[in-house]
Amino acid sequence: MAHDYEKSKSIALKTILLLAFITVVEVIIALAGKGYIISGFEAPWWLMGILMIALSLYKAIKIIFEFMHMSYEVPAFAKSVLLPVGLLVWAVIAFMQEGNSWKKRREFVDDKNKGIEQLKSEDPEQTGSLLKDLYDSDFH
Amino acid sequence: MATETVTHHDTDHHDHHVDMTTADWDGGAPVFKASYGKLMMWYFLLSDAFTFAGFLIAYGALRFSMPSWPVPDFVFRLFPFAGTTVLPLIFVTFMTFVLLFSSYTMVRAVQEGHRENQRGVAVWMFLTILGGAGFLGCQAWEWATLIGKEHMTVTRNPFGTHTESGAYLDANGRVSDEVFTAGDSYLIHKVGGHGAGHGDDHGDAEHFTDAGDYKSAVVDDQNMIHRKFQITDGPNAGTISSEAYGPKAFGGLFFFITGFHGFHVLSGVIFLIIIFVNVMSGLYIKRKNGYEMVEKIGLYWHFVDLVWVFVFLVFYLL
Repeated sequence: MAHDYEKSKSIALKTILLLAFITVVEVIIALAGKGYIISGFEAPWWLMGILMIALSLYKAIKIIFEFMHMSYEVPAFAKSVLLPVGLLVWAVIAFMQEGNSWKKRREFVDDKNKGIEQLKSEDPEQTGSLLKDLYDSDFH
Repeated sequence: MATETVTHHDTDHHDHHVDMTTADWDGGAPVFKASYGKLMMWYFLLSDAFTFAGFLIAYGALRFSMPSWPVPDFVFRLFPFAGTTVLPLIFVTFMTFVLLFSSYTMVRAVQEGHRENQRGVAVWMFLTILGGAGFLGCQAWEWATLIGKEHMTVTRNPFGTHTESGAYLDANGRVSDEVFTAGDSYLIHKVGGHGAGHGDDHGDAEHFTDAGDYKSAVVDDQNMIHRKFQITDGPNAGTISSEAYGPKAFGGLFFFITGFHGFHVLSGVIFLIIIFVNVMSGLYIKRKNGYEMVEKIGLYWHFVDLVWVFVFLVFYLL
C-alpha cells in the first residue's frame, strides 16, 4: 500500500508537470505563429490549429486517464463514458460546415446588394449579368 | 422511484455510509466495480460535456460564418498592474496554471483520502479551494477589464478587424501617416475613456463631447468613437470610411461560455468548502470508505479543468 501511494504520488507530479509544459508550448505556438516571438515569422493558420488542437486533446486524455483515474476503472466503465463523446466528432464537422455555408450566404447577399446599387447607377447591362452570375453560382 | 413493489429489496440503498458493497446496487455485485455515486458523477459529467461542447461548437460555427473575427492575442493582451504593456495571452496562461495547480492539489487530496489521512486531505483540499478562488479572482479581473475599460458588452463588440489597407485621418480630416493593413485589429474607444489600455488613442486631438460626425471620427449615440480612415487599396481605394464594430456574437459568446465555466468553478468551490468542513469534522472517518466523497468532488473538479483546456483552446489559442 505504501509503495502504491509513493508511485501514484510521483505519477500525479509527472502528469501536472507535463500538462504545464504542454500549456507553455501551446502558448508559444500561438504567439510565435503570429510573429510575436520572431518578428516577421508567421506560420500557416491550419498548421498552428492542428498542433494546438492535438496538444489540447492530449492534455484532455492525460486529465481523464490520470487525474480522473479512468485508466484504473473497468474497461466497460470507461467505454460507457468515453464512446458517446465520439458523437461530437460528427457535430464538430457538421457545424463548421454549416458556419461556412452561412458565410457564403452572407457574401452572396452582400454582393447582390452591391449589384443592385450598381444597377441603379450606371451600367445596367453589365450589372444584370452580374446578378445572373451570382444567382446561378449560389442557388443552382 | 419504481412503482412496482420489489419485496426482497430490503437493503437500504440510501444509506451512503455503507462501503462499495452489494447494498449499494442491490443486484449482487456493484456495476463496473464502482460505487453508485462515482458512476453517476461520471454520467453527469458526460452530460455536462455535451452541454459545453454544444456551446463551443456554436462559437465555432458563428466564427466560421463571419468574414472577420476578433483576434485573441489582440483582445487578451493586458495584465493586472502592467498598464498598457502588451502581454498577449500571458494573463490567461497564468489563469490556466492556477487551475492546473488546483487540479494537482485535488489529486493529492484524493490520494491522502485513500490512506485515510484526515490531515493530508484537509491541507490539500484547502489549497484546492485557494486555487479555485484564485481562478475566479482572475476571471473577475478579466471581465472587469473587458466591461469597464474596453466597453465590451453582450451586444456590443468594440474589437474590430480592418478588411482593407488604409490610413487614418487626423484631427483636420487629412490623411495621416498612421497606416494599417488588412487584417489589423482595432479597439473602438469610448468618449472620455482614456487609459483604456490599448495605447492607440491617436487622432483624439479633436475633442469629442457628443455624438456626431467629426473630421477624424464618427461618434455614435453610445459615445463610441469610430475613427475615420482612407482606404488605400482594392476596388474601394480612395474612399473615406470609419471603423465598424466587430462581430456582435463575440461578446455574447465570450461572456456566456466563460461565465458558464466560471459558474461551474464557483459551484465547485462551494462544494469543496462543504466537503472540506465535513473532512474537518471527521464525518468521513466514520464512513471508512477511503474518503469517497473527496474522490467524487475531485472528479467534478478535474472536469472543470478539462473544460478549461477546451475553452482555452477555442477562445484564446485558435
